[in-house]
Amino acid sequence: MEKIPILKMGQFLLVTIQVDLYDRLALNLESDLVQMVSTTEARGVLIDISAVSIVDSFMGRIIGNIASMSKIMDAVTVVVGMQPAVAITLIELGLPLSGVHTALNVEKGMELLKNKILVNGEVPDYDDDEQYDNLDGTE
Amino acid sequence: MEKSRITTTTNSMTILTVLNKDNFKIEKEQDVVPFRNRVKEHAVKIGMGLVNQTKLITAASELVRNMLRYANGGEILIEVVSKIRENGIRLTFTDRGPGIENVERAMTDGFSTGKSLGLGLPGAKRLSSEFTINSVVGKGTIVTIIKWKNG
Ligand SMILES: Nc1ncnc2c1ncn2[C@@H]1O[C@H](COP(=O)(O)OP(=O)(O)O)[C@@H](O)[C@H]1O
Ligand SMILES: [Mg+2]
Repeated sequence: MEKIPILKMGQFLLVTIQVDLYDRLALNLESDLVQMVSTTEARGVLIDISAVSIVDSFMGRIIGNIASMSKIMDAVTVVVGMQPAVAITLIELGLPLSGVHTALNVEKGMELLKNKILVNGEVPDYDDDEQYDNLDGTE
Repeated sequence: MEKSRITTTTNSMTILTVLNKDNFKIEKEQDVVPFRNRVKEHAVKIGMGLVNQTKLITAASELVRNMLRYANGGEILIEVVSKIRENGIRLTFTDRGPGIENVERAMTDGFSTGKSLGLGLPGAKRLSSEFTINSVVGKGTIVTIIKWKNG
């Protein structure tokens, strides 16, 4: 079964959703991400949904679940790149996505994550050599 | 369906012309994305803007999920319809599932028998230009929505 790759960038996990997800793929992503937050002790999760054209209540709930589970494990979730039409639609659908931070793009999202973690009283520890570790591959 | 037990929340009696008809069967979860793509094709063809397309497809996605989840699937009629000045897409979702006991309650934000968000029906109504639901316990449910190109 196909899988959505999760990249580790320092203390953050980065997921780029490239297609409109089938339900099972989305559910797998939820459990994989939550597990990876736990095993890598990541402090932030960045989900890029700029290629996603439809977010219904099912997908919205998965995004919300990822955020609230990550929060329990002390990680912040930021959703980036939501298409304006999707944002407008979500409001009318009645899905507030509360507890999920949003940013315009990956760069702004990273900035937001770093700020959030600083506000929580910790200085993130970066290792520049380690920026694009795909945990599915070998290091 | 038995007349006395049909519940209709909204009902509009506009004179419509049907310009195009297309049927889609939903049997499994993997049918959802192709169905949404089919709706999109029709919406694009009539020149519907991106925001209205997104609202229509999101509403359709909610209704198709309900069909799968509560009624094990069903059929959707996709129609291009026209009234005096405007074209639109009409979607009719028909299933032979258990029906809905209390439609008014099912249309309330947050009500769910499936432990999910309970936003599908009320959300789909908000996202559509017109929304009609008929449900008969033991027989099935029919939901019809219209999204006007500019509405
Ligand atoms: N096609 C259907 N057949 C039977 N019951 C349905 C159908 N669609 C919706 N329902 C009922 O209406 C409730 C509300 O639906 P909805 O607003 O989509 O929220 P959710 O799917 O999150 O429960 C469902 O929990 C279910 O009990
Ligand atoms: Mg639903």
